[in-house]
Amino acid sequence: MYLLVPLSVVLVFVIGAVFWFSLRGGQFDDLEGPAYRILMDDDKPLDARAKASDGAGAQSEP
Amino acid sequence: MSTQATYNYKVVRQFAVMTVIWGIVGMLVGVIAAAQLVWPQLSVVEWLSYGRLRPLHTNAVIFAFGGSALFATSYYVVQRTCHTRLFADGLAAFTFWGWQVVILLAAVTLPLGFTTGKEYAELEWPIDVLITVVWVSYAIVFFGTIAKRKTPHIYVANWFFGAFILTVALLHLVNSCEVPAGLWKSYSCYAGVQDAMVQWWYGHNAVGFFLTAGFLGMMYYFVPKQAERPVYSYRLSVVHFWALIFTYMWAGPHHLHYTALPDWTQSIGMLFSLILLAPSWGGMINGIMTLSGAWHKLRTDPILKFLITSLSFYGMSTFEGPMMSIKTVNALSHYTDWTVGHVHSGALGWVAFISIGSIYYLIPRMFGRTEMYSTRLITLHFWIATIGVVLYIASMWIAGVMQGLMWRATNPDGTLTYSFVESVKASYPFWTIRLLGGVMFLTGMLIMLYNTIKTIAGQKAYEAPVLAPAHA
Repeated sequence: MYLLVPLSVVLVFVIGAVFWFSLRGGQFDDLEGPAYRILMDDDKPLDARAKASDGAGAQSEP
Repeated sequence: MSTQATYNYKVVRQFAVMTVIWGIVGMLVGVIAAAQLVWPQLSVVEWLSYGRLRPLHTNAVIFAFGGSALFATSYYVVQRTCHTRLFADGLAAFTFWGWQVVILLAAVTLPLGFTTGKEYAELEWPIDVLITVVWVSYAIVFFGTIAKRKTPHIYVANWFFGAFILTVALLHLVNSCEVPAGLWKSYSCYAGVQDAMVQWWYGHNAVGFFLTAGFLGMMYYFVPKQAERPVYSYRLSVVHFWALIFTYMWAGPHHLHYTALPDWTQSIGMLFSLILLAPSWGGMINGIMTLSGAWHKLRTDPILKFLITSLSFYGMSTFEGPMMSIKTVNALSHYTDWTVGHVHSGALGWVAFISIGSIYYLIPRMFGRTEMYSTRLITLHFWIATIGVVLYIASMWIAGVMQGLMWRATNPDGTLTYSFVESVKASYPFWTIRLLGGVMFLTGMLIMLYNTIKTIAGQKAYEAPVLAPAHA
């Protein structure tokens, strides 16, 4: 008890501080873009991508 | 666009393959333990008796299978979303080999009977020290990669992975505080009810951060990627993260209802467990609704089936958990197989399904292919595993409620209606069904191994070039 309660209270403040700094740092200014940005990262292997564009030019999905 | 630099796929590849291997090992041990409950005479030698296999099973599935899946996916996601190679390749390689040594040491020491007796933290102190070293290296690699990211924003999945890494470090350090008494023996720093509370503060947060936050990181990357749709609400995902982080830490006492733990502590545990329902369901809805407008993909894509079904189980078990934390419900469910069913609904349905889906996504990409050797085999794996989970949890629900009711039944004169052994006898049919469910789930993993071998066979290890971030 004497360990966990203070520890948890300190943690809440630490988390609060992290939240505050990330908010001030602009991490949450754009809450739409990041969702799309991970989709713009094409992680298919290079040869496979070359083959797909050789074919119809369209993105062929497995 | 692309430069000469490549992502570090090697460590991702190693962990991804080991996830499949350790999944099979861990689940096989689970199946043997389940068989021993049905046929106790299977405990032929002391090293393979139920009491020693059970911690080996939990450690293998949580830390070897789940841990490898988390290492693989977090290393992949942090590189792809930060558009930079992993920080410190040597250290990353050390985390792989170090973690494998931890697992092997566990596989040797637990059957030999070396244990601290703390659930999910059974490993003795020399292994605890090694875990600490590996985990600090993991944190350095992960946060080092975040620090050298090429994008200003840190994607939400990385927040979940980061919280998981830091919290597990803290939990491990506090709970594994022990005084060595010889090479393979130690005593906990805490005594009595304090020890129990620290243990369940660790135990429940291990569920919350190892088995939930980490896998939510997986969910927030692989569900959108596989569905090719942005997450339903990015805003909700950020709210989900902070709400979960602020409330999870306090839920541990619900494991100690009606014990020597002070009553107010139990009530706080129950209260926070109930609050947790809100962020959990927010996250579940967010994940599932990502498919909105693309539901048809669920029909043809078995990887998506795995990912979305895992979210349904996440929703089910995060509803069941808070309910079971209510003291009056707990009075019935505690110490029964209902708890075992609840854990497996989370562990098989949520953790294993999201991992399997993510690993099916990763393995072809790690070997320069666009898809697994056989999509039909993934579909087969999905159905056999789903039926296995349903058999498992339904049999445990029935057995658990039955046990709870039998234990509390009294005659008009106040004596107990049933002896304990009568409840054991009544449980046998359900333990047999549970064994069947477990065997089916294991069979699914063997299909996955075959599919993985066929996918890898003849392929060269692939290293992808680092792409510049897209400017939206």
